[in-house]
Amino acid sequence: MRKIARERSAFTRRALLIGGGQAAVFGGIAARLYNLQITQHSKYALLAEQNSISERLVAPERGLITDRFGTIVAGNQQHWRALFMQAMAPEPQMVLENFFKLVSVPPEEQARIAQDVQNRPRYIPVLLKDYLDWPDMAAIEINTPNLPGVLVEVGASRVYPLGPGLAHAVGYVARPSQREAKDDTVLALPGMRVGRTGVEAYQDESLRGVPGFVQTETNVHGEVVREVAHDAGTPGQTVTLAIDAGLQQLAVQGLGNEAGAVVMLDATTGEVLAMASSPSFDPSLFDKGVPADVWNGWINDPKHPLQNKATSGLFAPGSTFKPTVALAAMKAGVLDETTILTCPGFFKLGDHVFWCDNHTAHGSITVTTALQVSCDVFFYQVALRVGIDNIAGMATTMGLGVDLQADMPNVATGLVPTLDWAAAHGIHWVEGSTVVQGIGQGYTQLTPLALATMIARLATGRAVGPHIARRVGGVLQDGSSPDDWPDLGVDDRHLAIVRQGLFEVVNTPNGTGYGARLTLPNVQMAGKTGTAQTHDNTAAEKQQGFNDMTMVWEQRPNALFVAYAPFDNPRYAVAVVVEHGNYGAQTAAPIAHDMMTYALVNDPAGRDAPLAGPAQSGAQALPPSSSL
Amino acid sequence: MSLDHARPRRRLRDHSFGLARKLMRVNWLFVACVCALAGVGYAALYSAAGGSPEPYAEGQIIRFVAMLAVALGIAMVDIRTIAKASWPAYAVGVLLLLVVMKFGHTGLGAKRWITVGGMEIQPSELMKLFLAMGLAAYFKRATPEQTGNLVFVLPALAAILVPVALILKEPNLGTAVITGAIGATVLLGAGVRWWWFALVVAVIALSAPILYHHLHDYQKARIITFLNPGSDPLGAGYNIIQSQIALGSGGLTGQGYLHGTQNQLNFLPEKQTDFVFTIIAEEFGYFGSLGVLGLLFAIIGLALYTAVSCTHVYGRLVALGISTNFFLYCFVNLSMVMGLIPVGGVPIPLISYGGSALTAVMLGFGVLMSIHVHRYVEFAGPDEA
Repeated sequence: MRKIARERSAFTRRALLIGGGQAAVFGGIAARLYNLQITQHSKYALLAEQNSISERLVAPERGLITDRFGTIVAGNQQHWRALFMQAMAPEPQMVLENFFKLVSVPPEEQARIAQDVQNRPRYIPVLLKDYLDWPDMAAIEINTPNLPGVLVEVGASRVYPLGPGLAHAVGYVARPSQREAKDDTVLALPGMRVGRTGVEAYQDESLRGVPGFVQTETNVHGEVVREVAHDAGTPGQTVTLAIDAGLQQLAVQGLGNEAGAVVMLDATTGEVLAMASSPSFDPSLFDKGVPADVWNGWINDPKHPLQNKATSGLFAPGSTFKPTVALAAMKAGVLDETTILTCPGFFKLGDHVFWCDNHTAHGSITVTTALQVSCDVFFYQVALRVGIDNIAGMATTMGLGVDLQADMPNVATGLVPTLDWAAAHGIHWVEGSTVVQGIGQGYTQLTPLALATMIARLATGRAVGPHIARRVGGVLQDGSSPDDWPDLGVDDRHLAIVRQGLFEVVNTPNGTGYGARLTLPNVQMAGKTGTAQTHDNTAAEKQQGFNDMTMVWEQRPNALFVAYAPFDNPRYAVAVVVEHGNYGAQTAAPIAHDMMTYALVNDPAGRDAPLAGPAQSGAQALPPSSSL
Repeated sequence: MSLDHARPRRRLRDHSFGLARKLMRVNWLFVACVCALAGVGYAALYSAAGGSPEPYAEGQIIRFVAMLAVALGIAMVDIRTIAKASWPAYAVGVLLLLVVMKFGHTGLGAKRWITVGGMEIQPSELMKLFLAMGLAAYFKRATPEQTGNLVFVLPALAAILVPVALILKEPNLGTAVITGAIGATVLLGAGVRWWWFALVVAVIALSAPILYHHLHDYQKARIITFLNPGSDPLGAGYNIIQSQIALGSGGLTGQGYLHGTQNQLNFLPEKQTDFVFTIIAEEFGYFGSLGVLGLLFAIIGLALYTAVSCTHVYGRLVALGISTNFFLYCFVNLSMVMGLIPVGGVPIPLISYGGSALTAVMLGFGVLMSIHVHRYVEFAGPDEA
């Protein structure tokens, strides 16, 4: 027992020694702390005051969009904006309160700012206000000491020099939604925009660029002492469209106050040289936020200004569908250039009577004449002979009712019915349904873009597809050369017969499009008019002897015209739809005439801008338009 | 200590006793100090998150409460049962170190972590406790003659060197040194001769240049930036400079809770873990720092009291090891924060954010409390067996 006690006291001695040593170490630490916190306090307090380096990301400049000759159609304009770096502010709430006292910010924006300050990483600045005016700027500058963390800097806003003139094709940008910003921190940066429609949306990734950063030295009040490092990031790539701003302007002027759409293609490549949809809107408004009354005006407008009718407007093609029916019939072997069918002005199928246009009797005619005078009865009979599925098959070949793989968002496929489709949709298909299909009525619904593709394919015999971006970052896109497109696979003799019919439409006095013939020497246009009913006339209306001209606007037929030129060496293809414009020859063909004349005189296809020049230096102010 | 001897033998020797009595025997002052320290940790982490229980403070306090319950549970277990588990625990610790070497995931260039049932554990943290237990079991019936005999001590040295070597291999220099120091302290408590330690220290001092040569690059970088923090103010020396500024700008009374500029402006990366002490020092000043130092030392002192008041060798040695472990955590972390020793990734126990260190420390405290509760129990000696 004594041994144990001795041993234990030895342990206690050693344990106390160890404890004493530890106490001494703690004493040393306390002494060192005294030295740091008391003796050297003033030195370190000063250092804390001067601290320190902070880094924040900055949004890259969004890439420009130009027409094929370098005219900027979507650019960036500088403006002043206020940002908030919460990492620099000891009391963010107080700073925000002070800021809101000085600068008027709408309550919903204040709520958004509070949410952003709460949720976003500290190195991502929060946008307080865009488009600062001079009083705002002055107020912020004078009160800088009360606003630690508030920065005023140059931001870029998206501007569209052509305004409504190219709004649908180019599209517009808007601030990313809260959700998008959450999924991708880069989008949370003030100034970042996301393309919502058109090329802005389709080419968004190329246009966005890579963010840079700014390193600043700040003091404890959040005031920037100096900028340590600056990396502007990589601006987005320039997207050069195939669009010719001159042609585009002509298309817009041609449509004027009418509702409708125009698409002009390079018939050999499918490049979109002009694409207009009317009425239009000002895309610049989206960058700042569209005022509610303007937005409601757009939404409630019966002419749907926000819709790109060229790519997503669905119209019955009317007589512009006849060339496709003719090609289908020739391919099926039920029609050739010598086939003669008789038009007494009507066509009787069972109890039902189908009228020719205006009840005109065209007599016994061939397919070229039937196209020339747009005889309905001829094509009623052809449709019945060839059958609905053969027509749909040829439509697919011509680019109708199919996905065209266009480099644009929201392109509607349209519809060309087949028996399978009818069965799938519970529609009892009768012969009468096939009859009206022969003149592009009934269930058939197509976009102007598809009609332009059809006429381009008909003109060149190549399976061209429409595409709007010619270069991205200077790199020529696939499909810009005729060799990129395969043969259409339609018999050349059949194509020649139909082309002859379309030539006579425009260039013979009996042709329905004679009024639109070109006045240029040695160049002819071929085309097809279309007048598509949008309203089934009631028996009562028929009794009264209805007249398209006196109908209310919404019930008038749509006017269509498709054309290509030059006839002997096709280069340009155009499709025009004027909603409720009555006769195609009357309202649609003149637009095509003017555009075709411009195109043939200036010949924009196959040419483009030199790659150097204003298109590459986004930071510069917008240069004056050079191509017009 | 003379008081202990004066006590009647009846009270010195407990054989077994009930739960209520055990609960009364718990060193509640110690528990109160530990809880107070955890409270300080909550306040610091709340401030580190810019005045929010998310994402640090709330999770940490929940883990603490859970581990406190576990520790009190361990305190109810008879220390003789724990003693029987010493060598198996040691073996498991070494096994875990081997597992982490083979399958562990890499954090900051070192393989230290393994995941068990969704919980990340750092085997080297557990090893420190298991080593103390293993050594204590080895020495629990050793006579002074044996502890003075090098041949008897050699297996104990081997038991220390195996885990130290494995931890060095991870590589985790800081924890390896701490583990070795704990082993040495237990040997010292067991009665191994003073001058042997002096000899070992001398050998290490002489071989330091060779050791430095074999250090990893990041370890060398720490030593170089420690010696001259200004050499790379935005790189490796950044932490040292920023933490000293935080401490120094605190002054006597601090900048006020939640108002420390160094903390709130995020000049300190990872401030919620290794550098959490700077938040207290900056926002509560020298008074706050001294308060935390006092609390830390109170815990060390109470652990030493448990060691000294314990009647059996096993309890004394384990308690000494646990108190040493806690002391070394504090010493290394505080010295690092103040720029006294190279930065080493050692947290300050119960204050720093992180589960692994908390788990290890609280398991140790559980054993320590069990020793305190059972400080008068009698171990069956070899003569009685």
